[in-house]
Amino acid sequence: MDFARSLIEALDSLASNKLRSGLTILGIVIGVGAVIAMLSIGAGAQNTITGSISDIGTNLLFVMRGGNEEVRNPKPLTLSDADALRDPFAAPSIIDVAPVLQGSVEITALGESDFVAVYGVIPEHAAVRNINLAEGTFIDETHYLGRAAVVVIGPDVAETLFNRREGVLGETVRLEGQPFRVIGVTVTKGGQGPSNEDNQIYVPLTTAQSRLIRRSTRDRVDIILVQAIDADAVSAAEQEIAAILRQRHKTVIGEDDFTVFTQESFLDIANQITNVFTIFLGGVAGISLLVGGIGIMNIMLVSVTERTREIGLRKAVGARKRDILLQFLTESALLSLLGGLIGIVLGWALSELVGFIAAQSNADINPVVGLDAVLLATIFSAAVGLFFGWYPAKRASDLEPVEALRYE
Amino acid sequence: MSGNDCVIEASGLKKIFLMGEIEVHALRGVDLCINRGEVVSIMGPSGSGKTTLMNILGCLDRPTDGSYILDGSLVSDLDDDELAEIRNKKVGFVFQSFNLLGRQTALTNVELPMRYAGVSNGKRKRAIEALESVGLGDRIRHRPNELSGGQQQRVAIARALVNNPAMILADEPTGNLDSKSGDEVMRILLGLNKEFGTTLVFVTHDPEIAAQTDRVIQLFDGVVTEDRLVEQAST
Repeated sequence: MDFARSLIEALDSLASNKLRSGLTILGIVIGVGAVIAMLSIGAGAQNTITGSISDIGTNLLFVMRGGNEEVRNPKPLTLSDADALRDPFAAPSIIDVAPVLQGSVEITALGESDFVAVYGVIPEHAAVRNINLAEGTFIDETHYLGRAAVVVIGPDVAETLFNRREGVLGETVRLEGQPFRVIGVTVTKGGQGPSNEDNQIYVPLTTAQSRLIRRSTRDRVDIILVQAIDADAVSAAEQEIAAILRQRHKTVIGEDDFTVFTQESFLDIANQITNVFTIFLGGVAGISLLVGGIGIMNIMLVSVTERTREIGLRKAVGARKRDILLQFLTESALLSLLGGLIGIVLGWALSELVGFIAAQSNADINPVVGLDAVLLATIFSAAVGLFFGWYPAKRASDLEPVEALRYE
Repeated sequence: MSGNDCVIEASGLKKIFLMGEIEVHALRGVDLCINRGEVVSIMGPSGSGKTTLMNILGCLDRPTDGSYILDGSLVSDLDDDELAEIRNKKVGFVFQSFNLLGRQTALTNVELPMRYAGVSNGKRKRAIEALESVGLGDRIRHRPNELSGGQQQRVAIARALVNNPAMILADEPTGNLDSKSGDEVMRILLGLNKEFGTTLVFVTHDPEIAAQTDRVIQLFDGVVTEDRLVEQAST
């Protein structure tokens, strides 16, 4: 029997009981739909994350203390380390260096209070980190040298304290009870959670050292930001930083007591995390497809029993085992393929819905239904239909025509 | 009576069924020759082996012993796929309960054996011709539930004809029909024999059917007890 005719007969058979066919493929529809939705939301989230990692700037490197489990007593990073990195001869790939002290403080004003991340920075920090101000100015040389009690706040902080995102220049706030004058407000970037850049404040590093953040030595800093000349110079810069610090900290290669992060390493970490999620989703998908497939096998067994006489008749007029096998396999494959396709559409609709909701609540996630996800879902749906339809189809093909014709 | 154009040549047919530990001898040695163009009835009470013989003659089953030559081919020891092919090409079945595919039209029902024969061209034409020869040329697109019992059986006859079989094997073809439709069906079948020389084998317990055929083979307890020509009633 030619394939086109088998296809038409299979479609006919499925259409003859639409309710039953619909219920049967429900498992596959939901499973595939959920997976497509999750994968596309995940892809959107990954894009957002890589986007904000990219925003950091391709030229930026982060140097932090420790990071190597084998090294017991990592030496802290210091301002002198930062100075050493500025040496144009030892580090020609580096264009700017910005050490940072970080902590968290309680900021209060007009009876409102909030806990925010505070960064003690040098004036170059704004350039290195691409910080733009909505109003006012950033910390300058005078502030830095004079340990001025000035602060640049994020728009979310302004909103919490003053109920407005601008027009707060000159206001006084208290950090850990100490008065500071607001000299600038950063531009809104949008963000969520702990890494929300709109909920951070900046003070001069010297001020932080003396008033807000206690460290064991005066000279200590938490992170050193380094800006390379351009994106291509990043790995050279990485080597130069490592060489300088090894020499200063007197450590050998393989036993560094510091770690240099580049944008690439952040991307790697992000990708690793999303890979874990993808594998997890794969497991969920596998389970739901399994359940859907069992449903198909169940219904096909019923269908074979119901059509015993029909199978007997077909064999009587010349159908061979493989003709019957093909007929029922086509039906089950078609069932699950249909379920997969509907599931893909459902998943797409779901991800659009989530994207819409996210946009409404200012979360920047743009779900993307990837072609590879669609292809994978389609192929797997068909495979499930073939695999779980095999046993019923085999039973149908093994029926003895004489007995099948006698079946009531 | 063998040797002169036997379309069906059976020799020493035996069939033993195993019901648990008990052997049931359904056929105990049946010899048969049915000539091309004959119209034969096979009769017998239940338990006589009539159904078993029909299944073997129709190549739906294999004998335990003995040989069966259908239209010149030895079929008694073929495998399942080969038997299917023989059925497809050489046997036209007409069942008591019609056995049409309910979701398909009369036309596609008649085309069914051709689809399994791998025929790609000319199916439609032959199917329409077959339906016209049973008087249903104006109902080719009707579904079985839009046809009367007699009409459905006629579709089944057309289906049986479509691959030009060596014989038509009719198992109580009028059993589910009222007398008028039954007469019509018999008329058509006998007409096919008159016009085209189609060999007809009726399996029945109805003496009125048998009376319309040319020869009656009586089965009892697994053997042929009688094999006589039917006296033609004067018209």
